[in-house]
This record gives sequence, C-alpha cells and structure tokens, in this order.
Amino acid sequence: MSYETIVAQAGLADRIGKNRWPARLDILQSSTGLFLALFMWGHMFFVASILLGATPMWVITKFFEGYFIFGASHYWLVSCVVAFVAVVFVLHAGLAVRKFPINYRQLRTIRAHAAEMRHEDTTLWTWQVYTGFLLFFFASAHLYQMLVWPEKIGPYGSADRMWSDGLWPFYLTMLLAVELHGGIGLYRLAVKWGWPDAPREVLKKLKWALTAFFLVLGLATLGAYVKIGYEHRDHYGERYTPSWLVDQQQNNDAAAAPQAAPSGETK
Amino acid sequence: MTEPVTHRDNAPDPAERKAPPRQLTLNVLRYDPRNPSVAPHLQAYKVEEADSMTLFIALSEIREHQDPTLQFDFVCRAGICGSCAMMVNGRPRLACRTLTASLPDESTLAPLPFFELIGDLSVNTGKWMRGMSERLETWLHAQEKELDLRRVEERMDPDLAEQIYELDRCVECGCCVAACGTAQMREDFVGAVGFGKIARFRLDPRDERSDDDFYAVIGDDTGVFGCMSLLACHDVCPKSLPLQTQISFLRRKLATVG
Repeated sequence: MSYETIVAQAGLADRIGKNRWPARLDILQSSTGLFLALFMWGHMFFVASILLGATPMWVITKFFEGYFIFGASHYWLVSCVVAFVAVVFVLHAGLAVRKFPINYRQLRTIRAHAAEMRHEDTTLWTWQVYTGFLLFFFASAHLYQMLVWPEKIGPYGSADRMWSDGLWPFYLTMLLAVELHGGIGLYRLAVKWGWPDAPREVLKKLKWALTAFFLVLGLATLGAYVKIGYEHRDHYGERYTPSWLVDQQQNNDAAAAPQAAPSGETK
Repeated sequence: MTEPVTHRDNAPDPAERKAPPRQLTLNVLRYDPRNPSVAPHLQAYKVEEADSMTLFIALSEIREHQDPTLQFDFVCRAGICGSCAMMVNGRPRLACRTLTASLPDESTLAPLPFFELIGDLSVNTGKWMRGMSERLETWLHAQEKELDLRRVEERMDPDLAEQIYELDRCVECGCCVAACGTAQMREDFVGAVGFGKIARFRLDPRDERSDDDFYAVIGDDTGVFGCMSLLACHDVCPKSLPLQTQISFLRRKLATVG
C-alpha cells in the first residue's frame, strides 16, 4: 500500500496534482502508430525487392542478418528487430484499444451513427477499428513467426510460406488490413496534430494515393511470392543462394576440399 | 435610369412558367419520453414546397395546419439562437438554415442524439451546455480582483479581438456534439463546443488561467486527449467555426504542458 494507491482507490487521484498520463498516452499512441506505419512502408519496399528478382531480395535479407558485416548470417539480429517492432505493436494496440467500442451499446451506437451520418472521416475510423481488430491476431501471428523462425525469410523461404504452407490468404488479408489501417492512421495523425498543415482534401487525396500505391505494390509482391512458391513447391525448405555465391563457394570448397558438394540451389 | 419594358397584359411567358410546387415528405421520428408505452415511430407529413422555404417553415406549417402535437424548438428563425438543431437525413443541421430546396423529395427528421430528449424533435441542449460550461468554467477568470470602473479599459489588438470574436460566434446548437462519434460512445466527452470555448478563453489576455489550468479541465480522455479527430464537428458546424484547427492547436499546447 502506498499513499498514491490509497488516494487512487478512493477516486481522488486527480486531487493531488496534475495527471500527466493522458497527454503522454496520447502522444505515445500517435508516435507508436507513426513508427509502425513508416516501418510498414519500409517493410513493403524490402519485401517488394522480390519484384526486382530473387537476388536483390536475398541481398536485403542477408543485409539484415548482418551477413555483409560479419561475414555470416546472424538470425538473432532479425529477431531483435522483430522483438522491437512487436513491443511497439503491443504498446500501440494497448493504447488504441482504449478508443474501441467496448460494449454492445457503444458498438450499436457508433455503427448506427456512421451509417446515418455518411461522413467519410467517421466511416474511415470504423474501418480502422475493424482492421485494427484483425491486426491484433494477424500481426501477432506474423510477428511471432518472424521472431522464432527468422532464418525462413528469403526468396524461397518466404515464397514457400505463401504457397506450400498455404499462408497466402493470411498475407492477403493482412496486406489489406495493414494498408488501410496505416494509411487512414497517418491521415488521422496529420489532422489530429495539425501537421502537415495542409487542407484536409489534399491530405485525403494524398492518403488514398499512398494507400493505392502500397496496395498495388503489396499485391504485386504477394503475387510474385505465390508464383515463386508454386514453382518451388517440389523443393520446399530449400534456401536460395545466388549463383555468384555458389561459384564462390565452389571455388572455396575446391580449394579447401575438392570433393565437397555445393549447398543450395544455383540460379 | 430607364425602366425596363414589361408586358403586363400578356400571359406569362411559357419559359417563365414555373413547375408545380414539389410535395415534400417529411418522415419525423416521434417519441414522447413521458409516454413510453408508445414506441418511437416515424410519422410521415406532406408539405407543399414554397419559394425560399426553410425546414423550419415547413415544420411550422405542419404544426399549424396538420398536427399541433408535433414538438420542435425554435426561437430566432435566423441561425442565431441554435434552438432548431435536428438530424436531417442523418446529419445535424439547423432547421431554420436548411432550405427545403436542398432536400430530396423525401427526408427523415430525428432529434439530436446525446442530449436529453424532451419529445419528438425537441431536445434539452441547454441543460447539457450549462453542465459543460460549469465543468469547464467557460467564463472569464479576470486578472483584476477589484473592478475599477473609472479606469480606462485595457486596449486589445484588433486582430486578437477578431480571433476571439470568431470563436464567440458559437451558438451552442449542439450540432458538433451530435455529429461526434466519440461523444456518441462516451457520454462524459467534452465535445467540440467545449474545446471551442476553452480555445476562446485561452486567447483572451484578460483571462488569468494558464495552460496548466486548462489542462486540469480538458487534459484527459474526456477532453482533448479523448478526441479521435473524426472531425464531423468541423464539417457540420452551422457557423463554420474552425474547430479542426482549434482542437489540434489545443492538443499540441496541452500535450506540451502534460
């Protein structure tokens, strides 16, 4: 028992001084949302590297594994990034859920209100609630996968996940939810804090343009992984190795032990 | 100046002949809280549209000629008193500022949500506004402790006076609160009208309150940090108050003192 908890239990917490937490939590909700939305854009560009070919995607994967710095893949580096994103995600979810309708009366009221008002920003917010609710589960599952099996990220590993593991419907749903949620969220951040101080029509057009761009990019990327996964279905589990690395490995192996067989598939 | 030539003796030019007036159908959500045995129901009224007719005039016609039991509020008939706010086809509007020409042939009228229902389209916005006003102390907290009427009044920069006047144009009609998704879900939410008033007194150099004092009244989830920025308040305000910029400004200021 402490003085603070005794006062708080008595419902008198606001009488012993200014409570800074509402301001902090609002800033934290906005900043975690901003981080996640920007992270998702970066993430989208990284995974979309598959559209340039398997090797560019492999290079990016290996970069995050520290391969080009340490000379070997350290998957725990990826896990660390995932863990950080997961913490921010949980924080954001915990803060954002405060705004959700939390009982039937509230749900019925906001649904009727949005339906009758036909007000775009209000409707967009309800979409954010639905997509946010979906992401509680989808993003959590995805983050867990990436945290525990970071070595499975790669041109073949990710493609196998789409096709052979049958997860493309999961990723398609998550793609739609993330792009809508993040795009609307960034627009709302701008109007909420008044920066950038542009007219709402302009911000909204920009928002839709960005959402459309990332959705198209995301769908093309998903399609590319599904295609590779389908073609690679008979070699499930095999890792991609660029041909130049295979040649290099073969030369090294030849120098060290001429009888050693190359690992991975050449391309 | 020469008078234009007119042909008074002839029949009206066919091009000028007007189409017959529209028959407007107004579906009014009717409910009397003192008679709860009669469930809320929609009642259709038909009114012949007239030139420059406002929704307020249409409702007055109905009450005068068809149904004297229909309840709705009005005082000024000119968008100044804020009494005749109601949901018109799902959105809050002032009946006296709504031309029937802007409405489709059939419209639905309902009372403002959120406020205490008196009956039919009449709600007690005044009761809530008073509570809000007392809670936020929306009056000048003067620096002068003793009033000296002989002293020359402090001068105010005209631009500042204009800014204060801009926010003072609020008529407390309740449209912003009725349009607010946050307020619909959380009854203790201050609403844009409250933020507008705080913004107004914050601007006023005669008010002695600091941002810390304003934080104490709206610095929580029932206040500015609970606002979800759906901005319907801004979009429906009959007085076109700059609510979006005022709320974001307050949020920025109070977030820094928080």
